[in-house]
Amino acid sequence: MKASVIVFPGSNCDRDVAVSLEAAMGKKPAMVWHGEADVPASDLIVLPGGFSYGDYLRSGAMAAHSPIMRDVVAKARKGTPVLGICNGFHLLTETGLLPGVLMRNASLKFICKDVWLKVVRNDTDFARGYAPGEVIRIPIAHHDGNYFADEDTLDRLEGENRVAFRYCDASGALNGDINPNGSQRNIAGLYNETGTVLGLMPHPERLADPALGGTDGRPMFDSLVRALH
Amino acid sequence: MKARIKITLKNGVLDPQGKAIANALGALGFDGVGDVRQGKYIEVELHDTDRASAEQKLERMCEQLLANTVIENYSYELEGI
Repeated sequence: MKASVIVFPGSNCDRDVAVSLEAAMGKKPAMVWHGEADVPASDLIVLPGGFSYGDYLRSGAMAAHSPIMRDVVAKARKGTPVLGICNGFHLLTETGLLPGVLMRNASLKFICKDVWLKVVRNDTDFARGYAPGEVIRIPIAHHDGNYFADEDTLDRLEGENRVAFRYCDASGALNGDINPNGSQRNIAGLYNETGTVLGLMPHPERLADPALGGTDGRPMFDSLVRALH
Repeated sequence: MKARIKITLKNGVLDPQGKAIANALGALGFDGVGDVRQGKYIEVELHDTDRASAEQKLERMCEQLLANTVIENYSYELEGI
């Protein structure tokens, strides 16, 4: 399996996700600078977390127009799996690969803590390592994670089974109090129409090794390797 | 010529920052403050001399980069012609 991690000025989770990928794949992913025109042949493209371009204008707005993104979008549309984590999720919405937008957290605060997520579906290359409905613990670290789309779009997304993860409590209940950032319908992650593009605000790479205090993120990388090797 | 671009949140989109500003104004003793909405203001210097082409260009700038039309509206004024 070949994976590429796109590196933007201001990315800061590129190394973390590369370490997680290497642990799962047994070899290093290619680190691809945003100014390149083409992504090397890859079975998986990762848009990492961070603060590309200092979040100028809107989170992800500038990086969405980086030279490399033209090829990332083209490859995603042809079916290459793309994983966007945190700022990578911003990029996926700014390029239109995923609908909606991630607004300032309802509390206006930067939130850095572990949250519980419900695995809504496990029939994709990203999530087969989880049980459907499984509750997992994954860290969030963001200021702009408040998922917004209009009601019609939200209904369509639910109808198409596009929600990947929802914020919940430790028992899996989706009550409003545990929604950390105000996201509509507790949405923490979303798929595209074909289930080949996943954007999520939580950071699976930050809890993918026992030395980090947990391994609930590891099955995502193992799932990808099993599906794409 | 200079373009003055205003980017505002669409109606119905929650604006937690606007709400915080309204609360802060109340805390400072300003009464009678209703809804507060926060937006962006951007000035762009254009070397165009033709108003119609400048407007076309501004539309494209707003659609492609300056505004996220999922949640934001934009408007602009041109001066200097």
